[in-house]
Amino acid sequence: MLSLAIFGIENNALLAVVAVLTGFGLVALAMWLAGLISPRSFNPQKGEAYECGIPTRGESMAQFHVGYYLFAILFLMFDVETVFLFPWAVRMRELGVDGLISIAVFFGVLVLGLVYAWRKGALEWK
Amino acid sequence: MQDFSGITNWIHTTLLSFMPGWLTLCVECVLIGVGLLLVYSLLALFYIYFERKVCAAFQCRLGPNRVGPLGLLQSFADMFKILIKELIHLDHIDRFLFALAPYLVIIASMIGFAVLPWGNGLQIIDFNIGIFFLIACSSIGVLGILLAGWSSNNKFTLIGALRSGAQMVSYELSIGLSVVTMVCFAGSMSVGDIVMAQDRLWFIFSGHVPAIIAFMIYMIAGTAETNRGPFDLPEAESELTAGYHTEYSGIHFGFFYLAEYLNLFIVSGVATLLFFGGWMPFHIPGLDGFNHVMDYIPSVVWFIGKAIALSGIIIWFKWTFPRLRIDQLLALEWKYLLPINLFNLVLMVLVITFGWYL
Repeated sequence: MLSLAIFGIENNALLAVVAVLTGFGLVALAMWLAGLISPRSFNPQKGEAYECGIPTRGESMAQFHVGYYLFAILFLMFDVETVFLFPWAVRMRELGVDGLISIAVFFGVLVLGLVYAWRKGALEWK
Repeated sequence: MQDFSGITNWIHTTLLSFMPGWLTLCVECVLIGVGLLLVYSLLALFYIYFERKVCAAFQCRLGPNRVGPLGLLQSFADMFKILIKELIHLDHIDRFLFALAPYLVIIASMIGFAVLPWGNGLQIIDFNIGIFFLIACSSIGVLGILLAGWSSNNKFTLIGALRSGAQMVSYELSIGLSVVTMVCFAGSMSVGDIVMAQDRLWFIFSGHVPAIIAFMIYMIAGTAETNRGPFDLPEAESELTAGYHTEYSGIHFGFFYLAEYLNLFIVSGVATLLFFGGWMPFHIPGLDGFNHVMDYIPSVVWFIGKAIALSGIIIWFKWTFPRLRIDQLLALEWKYLLPINLFNLVLMVLVITFGWYL
């Protein structure tokens, strides 16, 4: 039996941690290096926001278009439904007709949800 | 077929011969980390050069040609330049979140990088839910972008981050559904199993019409997911200066740049994995002589070559289509790609049930 795992390490969670630490190390190392060799100068104007040249008035962390929330909520619903499709997709051949009928009902509800959102005008950017 | 597990097993046994088991494991983890880091940075440098050359070719220019032969050292020069740029300290930002954002973006792409099937025996992370894990982890990148835009306390960055967030989450749906379609066909979520299932013929050829539709949708959604090409309105420079990374300077900005190129590679890599066989050489059933010749090309070359060719297509998009407006962008996803994708999944189920695939 050919072992596809690198160095025969079967513990994938450990390897995922190694990848996370590598990413962390890359950023930390480059920031440290840049801190060592990059120049530093101080000027009150440098600390201002890069907007239009005159001092910013009011709060920039302001309210924004509600449409973004709407699409985020729609995404949340459909993404969770996609996640539920994954376990069925893996065992599709073994589950056979019973699985197909069950998933067809689930899928119908998903499509109905999309049709409902469409008819309600939730997919329009206003 | 060449097998890199021979080399890694040799390293493993050599290390074990003079070290206790736990120390061997530590050394191997460090080796994997260093290897990831090396490939990550080398590919990023290559991609910067590659994109500039391809863009130049599309615009009848020469592109970088002064630093080194054919301008090959240009990206090294760029890297040193960005390292010696000043990191500007801003007064109005949320410091902790501002510093955290690049970490999230880079870590998300690094995990995606480790899941990719690099070669025969060079598969690093091989969960049984591998491809699902990859999608889940790449979503962390959106958090980094939203944090970057929000913590900068700047109107341009906030709008850029929100646009980027809306775009990335919307198109993630399409990516997820195309992946479900192909997981249906492969019958497994493990990256290694999906590659092995394409031993005879790549999925794009064996999967009948649904595989081709899934591939097209995946490429469109992947382009949007990396904020590139016609979907680059989070960074629309004429309206938002630079979008979510406007306030970042020096290497801090460089991380976002780096992650964008590596995400391009990861998106093409996943497309390679799902549709073009990962590291699997090109095989035609029946032509044994041809298949044997193809097996002589190392699997790493196959994987990286296919991934780079696919990212060439994504770069091509950028110079072919004009930028979309935000309402067109969301309408494209929710009114066209999503219904087509749902229909395509049904089609794939029919193809599998009736055995219409090759």
